[in-house]
Amino acid sequence: MSYQAVMSRRNEIMKASVGIDYNTYEYGLLAFDYEKMMKEAGYSLEEIKQIQSANGVGNTPLKVCKNITTLVRSVSKPGFGARIFIKDEALNDSGSFKARRASIACYHAKTLGFKGVIAATSGNYGAAVASQAAKYGLKCIIVQECYDSRGIGQPEIIEKARACEAYGAEVIQLSVGPELFYVFLKLLEETKYFNASLYTPFGISGVETLGSELIEDCLSLTGSFPDMVVVTNAGGGNLTGTARGIAKVTSKPITIVGASVNLKGLHMASDTDFNKKSFTTGHTGFGIPFMTYPDRSDVPRSAARPLRYIDKYVTVTQGEVFFMTETLVALEGIERGPAGNVSLAAAFHLAQSLEQDKIVIVQETEYTGAGKHHQAQLSFAKANGIDVYFGNPKDEVPGKSIVLPSHPSLIQTEELDLNYLKQSCIKHQLKPGTLSMDDLAYLASEVREDVAYVEHTIEILKAK
Amino acid sequence: MIPKHTWVQIRKVVLDASHRAPNIPEDTKQVPLVMWVKGYLEHDAKIGDEVTIRTLTNRFETGTLMCANPVFTHNYGDFVIENLKIASMVKTIVFGGDLHE
Repeated sequence: MSYQAVMSRRNEIMKASVGIDYNTYEYGLLAFDYEKMMKEAGYSLEEIKQIQSANGVGNTPLKVCKNITTLVRSVSKPGFGARIFIKDEALNDSGSFKARRASIACYHAKTLGFKGVIAATSGNYGAAVASQAAKYGLKCIIVQECYDSRGIGQPEIIEKARACEAYGAEVIQLSVGPELFYVFLKLLEETKYFNASLYTPFGISGVETLGSELIEDCLSLTGSFPDMVVVTNAGGGNLTGTARGIAKVTSKPITIVGASVNLKGLHMASDTDFNKKSFTTGHTGFGIPFMTYPDRSDVPRSAARPLRYIDKYVTVTQGEVFFMTETLVALEGIERGPAGNVSLAAAFHLAQSLEQDKIVIVQETEYTGAGKHHQAQLSFAKANGIDVYFGNPKDEVPGKSIVLPSHPSLIQTEELDLNYLKQSCIKHQLKPGTLSMDDLAYLASEVREDVAYVEHTIEILKAK
Repeated sequence: MIPKHTWVQIRKVVLDASHRAPNIPEDTKQVPLVMWVKGYLEHDAKIGDEVTIRTLTNRFETGTLMCANPVFTHNYGDFVIENLKIASMVKTIVFGGDLHE
């Protein structure tokens, strides 16, 4: 079966493997009813809570980071430096918040009578699906991009393969390239298993409990609502689900910040760049493309649509995240994986702009271990010729250097232009033909703006 | 000789360089898309032989036999002195400089 032959059957394979007919939600020239899809194809918050609590997922502790807050205040203006709390998601079965997504996908697969589940992921989601599949006696295949053409594996991804195998999954490891999707489609067709995609309504609604819990936890610990929630952003599902969950329990305005590691200049499909990056997720290489075109994912209509919810999008450097990962161990006695600490590094800077009575929640951690540990990653970077040194993180060049801040005051987020990302999101979704009012209203909801904004953006795009 | 039913790892070229997807970077286009998968060996074979395996999901895959009883060897990496320096720096700021004296 050739690459083209399999890819041309993509939609029919997908329809059979997720049990959703996406066409029923589509209307107009390009619009689709996102909320209807989430309502009909997903689960209610109450149902999700029950499924998760019966399967080792959720109700993770929210912990105050007292000493990191002191460190924040040591570099803030007088009176500034919000309190930082961290939701210790590493304590879910399989060690990350991804268990929330996998729990609903696997429950749904079992309910529909599928014999097994497949997920294409090099990240924690693989272990999460394998762990949840084990609970239901479902077969499980995880497809991951793992090695460069020299056969050298990213240690973090190798660790995830180990975890997947430990939970009983069959792991298909591939060299670098987007044709992973071709292998994935062939496996779906061959096995008739459920596509436990990260981007179905099940995968996203599973994260909503993270949003509702962190509000409830914060109220019970402090008596107050959080002022800001910082979310590590890659494919957009973490941010989308968390924001939706927050909105289900409070209408209070809470600033939702997305944070990604800046990997500017490294190509995600490049064989030679593959092992020059120290983060395999939570980075701009996923964050920006998925934000500006959510439907690039492995389902026809992604349920992860972060521009509908995000208030601010910032980047941090690899060096800053490694620094904060070590700081979390050194000051709070919590040893966790670096990729889960992207939002912590961002929160460290963002908290400095808020007064001391304000609350910032870092909404995840992930487990650490061989391969994933920041020592393993820094060591691997050095072995791949990356220059690791103390200095100003602003000087870091992804793929060439990792600059550890020589002082915590040098940790500084960079804010991305949301307006530019919104315009790009509209541009990616435009099709030839006449847009109806429905289409314009849909595009407006995609970027949380009004129809006039969409019309103005289209004028700008035409002029270009 | 590795006996039938041994747990092994195989390597298989899924797409050779000339059949790779359009629109991928030049460096990636120069090399094949390769797959590694584990399973039970269907027949006696030597390392380097073309073999068939039965995977955990009862699928059959063919490819080059790479190794028997494959293990993971990833670890915590070489010692990285920078982590000690970070820990010392932030502890000094928060708790004072005499913590380790």
